[in-house]
Amino acid sequence: MWTRRVWLGLRASAGGRRGFPSKADPQGSRRVTAELIEHLERLALVDFGSQEAVARLEKAIAFANRLRAVDTDGVEPMESVLEDRCLYLRSDNVVEGNCAEELLQNSHHVVEEYFVAPPGNISWPKLDEKEPFSHC
Amino acid sequence: MLGRTLQEVSEALKQGLVTPTELCQRCLSLIKKTKILNAYITVSEEVALKQAEESEKRYKKGHSLGDLDGIPVAVKDNFSTAGIETTCASNMLKGYVPPYNATVVQKLLDQGALLMGKTNLDEFAMGSGSTDGIFGPVKNPWSYSKQYREKRKQKSHGESEDSHWLITGGSSGGSAAAVSAFTCFAALGSDTGGSTRNPAAHCGVVGLKPSYGLVSRHGLIPLVNSMDVPGILTRCVDDAAIVLGILAGHDPKDSTTIQDPVKPFTLPSLTDMSKLCIGIPKEYLTPELSSEVQSLWSKAANLFESEGAKVIEVSLPHTSYSIVCYHVLCTSEVASNMARFDGLEYGHRCDTDVSTEAMYAATRREGFNDVVRGRILSGNFFLLKENYENYFVKAQKVRRLIAHDFVNVFNSGVDVLLTPTTLSEAVPHTEFIREDNRTRSAQDDLFTQAVNMAGLPAVSVPMALSSQGLPIGLQFIGRAFCDQQLLTVAKWFEKQVQFPVIQLQELMDDCSSIFENEKLASVSLK
Repeated sequence: MWTRRVWLGLRASAGGRRGFPSKADPQGSRRVTAELIEHLERLALVDFGSQEAVARLEKAIAFANRLRAVDTDGVEPMESVLEDRCLYLRSDNVVEGNCAEELLQNSHHVVEEYFVAPPGNISWPKLDEKEPFSHC
Repeated sequence: MLGRTLQEVSEALKQGLVTPTELCQRCLSLIKKTKILNAYITVSEEVALKQAEESEKRYKKGHSLGDLDGIPVAVKDNFSTAGIETTCASNMLKGYVPPYNATVVQKLLDQGALLMGKTNLDEFAMGSGSTDGIFGPVKNPWSYSKQYREKRKQKSHGESEDSHWLITGGSSGGSAAAVSAFTCFAALGSDTGGSTRNPAAHCGVVGLKPSYGLVSRHGLIPLVNSMDVPGILTRCVDDAAIVLGILAGHDPKDSTTIQDPVKPFTLPSLTDMSKLCIGIPKEYLTPELSSEVQSLWSKAANLFESEGAKVIEVSLPHTSYSIVCYHVLCTSEVASNMARFDGLEYGHRCDTDVSTEAMYAATRREGFNDVVRGRILSGNFFLLKENYENYFVKAQKVRRLIAHDFVNVFNSGVDVLLTPTTLSEAVPHTEFIREDNRTRSAQDDLFTQAVNMAGLPAVSVPMALSSQGLPIGLQFIGRAFCDQQLLTVAKWFEKQVQFPVIQLQELMDDCSSIFENEKLASVSLK
């Protein structure tokens, strides 16, 4: 019976093989520096909020580092499973629209047909100018 | 009536044995009775009753729209529904009312289905428990089943009835619970790493993930564009096939849908098993797999073999890297997709008006929970210039290897793969929350996410109850765009195993004080 063959196979290799992603493997993980935190917060416009969040990022990085063990020489990156097909492109004709009013309804701050944004030429304060881990 | 299959109820409607309004009202009252499950975020009572009224008119004239006319369905709250709040269980979209319907929702409505409401999920569909949304966790209906309670009475002494409730799995837990508790006949979920199949297995229902490119994603609030697929949850395989037949097909609004013509289909009954080849991926036999799931998996394989099918062991060599690869690609795409939430055109907006960046940052801090923020930050890390090659591109290469593993297996003559869906049966919430979301997702998505990376169709079919009285499901994986063949095999399997119906009488009785009028609410659960 096939089950016995597979079971025996597992027992034979039970020794050290991990088929399961365990918790953070410190090998090869970069420590997350304050500079990196600031950089990521600025790029993502999302803050870490706490030391736990930084620890979680470190674990995530350590987890991702396991990919290094895979030999990908000569392998092309895969962007989409439909890469062998032609993407559908419709003809460049206007078929719908005229819904400005509906779309504006969802915004909190509009003036006539404009979405209103605060001034854009003011850069986000640096880390030392803000409270550490300011959290609502 | 609510315990019947979609096909049976559709017949009953056509014959006039029940009207859409009656069906609608019964489902609505059942939703109220099962409120403790927290499966629904929004119950669209008025909309549903109006749709029922219109459906009834059509039936009276003999002009029903099809199999779904008058059938109550539910939709996961990350699908846009015109005029009905769509929140993704997040503060970021609380109060957001889309001006349009997702294509799949529109297709259901065009067939006359009755929209019961929007179901609960993990925030932005990130999670494997349906525990991390702002509206609270979803409770597995099996927590209140006679089957589970009887087994527990033998063990527990004097514990409060509700403290040990079980999770539904996720992230489409609300949809799975809604279908499992008979409040609708079909529900839409989404599947990025197993989010439809995982809760289906835990809630004892059928969870189908169609081939990537078969069903339109227009209107599904995106998580990972290259892996997301709308999922279908029903109580039997035939019902899933009916819904798939309606939803599948090219959509000009989603250019990642294939242009091949697609027609609704019925599933044949398999009689000659000798031509079927089932593959058992050996790398899926991990030490973490519970012995009960393992033995059921074995039993299923033996079942196929004893009926004449060829059952062989196959290898998917890159399986152990699959979850890591998924983790990198998922967080990277999430980081990009979540960038649209800045408070300007829709969704939550904070009060700060100092500068655009400050406003965006504060809005996103207030709008997203820790899980979402964590993934955005991880994703941004992997996409940094210095990391792009080593993480993101590397993961894309590994993705190709994983997809190729499947192609090799299918090319060697295997028709369908048989694997577990989850590591074990549903666990109590108190146990689930001991680990954080990312760790849990990495554990629970083990058997399901490789399928998303390869874009293949897969379905979870409930097989049997565990020793604790809880459902365990197994997963079938098919070749790309061979969804019909996949479902045919699944249907045969379903018929063989005869999974028991959930007995929820106790839950109805417990909540009967809420509802005085028993006549409307009587449910025959055969």
